[in-house]
Amino acid sequence: MPKWFMPLVGINAVMFAAAPFLIARADYESTMGLVQKIFYFHMPSASMFLLSAVVCGIASARFLFGGSPRQDRLAYAAAELAVLFGAITLVTGPLWARKAWGVWWAWDVRLTSSLMGWMVAWAYLLVRKYGGPGSDKLAAGLALFGMANVPFVYISVNYWRTIHPKTSVVPTLPADMGAALWFSFACFLLLFILLLRVRVHLEEQRAKLDTLYLSLDD
Amino acid sequence: MQRSLPLLVLLLALFVNGPAAAQQPQPQPQPGPPAATDEFVPISQLPAQDQLPAAPLLVTAYAFVWLALFGYLVSVGRRLGKVQREVDRLESDIARGTRT
Repeated sequence: MPKWFMPLVGINAVMFAAAPFLIARADYESTMGLVQKIFYFHMPSASMFLLSAVVCGIASARFLFGGSPRQDRLAYAAAELAVLFGAITLVTGPLWARKAWGVWWAWDVRLTSSLMGWMVAWAYLLVRKYGGPGSDKLAAGLALFGMANVPFVYISVNYWRTIHPKTSVVPTLPADMGAALWFSFACFLLLFILLLRVRVHLEEQRAKLDTLYLSLDD
Repeated sequence: MQRSLPLLVLLLALFVNGPAAAQQPQPQPQPGPPAATDEFVPISQLPAQDQLPAAPLLVTAYAFVWLALFGYLVSVGRRLGKVQREVDRLESDIARGTRT
């Protein structure tokens, strides 16, 4: 692992320890009250979910058209993170919605497209695990679909009638709410970078293991 | 005439001060005590979002986030440790094989 890895792990741990204090200090939202504080982890995890899908898609495209195994390892790592952050988004969202909307789930465009993106990420992992030879290219094709879904997820709330808050909510946040949100966002972004690096390292070690077995057979 | 002079002054004062008094802001009615409750509404008749306390949902959400992240870290750590041990074992096997 690179030298910068462990210091950044320490910084990220401190940031995650500090985040709840900033979130607790942020003002309550007028209509939703306490439950709105789920937002401060929900939105950053949703952003990392979409970022993972984009990283997976770009790396898959480069793997498909360039054939680089390094890009394939990056795509595999990013797909796993898309599943992780997607799960956090899709669990925290309904917990918030149950109180704010009165329902756990609504089949509106933002929620449905997010669920679809999460299922594509799962499909990627399942194809990689059980698809046999050639599954890497098939999964890369799936990742392109996952990436194409991302702009749709993002803009859906602005173009379709939906009960999900619009993207315009974030720039209009008051200072204390904005500080808590962007601090949480920085926590999740750094976590994403660290997890991606360690997950790529795992794939590198697996590739090394394959090379070693091949050298033993020779 | 002597007796009607105070009445005239009073009427004049009212005429002069009347419009000014009309322009002054009306005193706000003082909020009275809340109306007596006519009936008790069972919580089950409220809209669904008003029946639920927010704290358990908030705690569940944050607990899930921490558990998911911790679980993933443990999972990656275990997988990495397993692969690393196997790589080390193979490398030592190969080194021993080339030495002999």
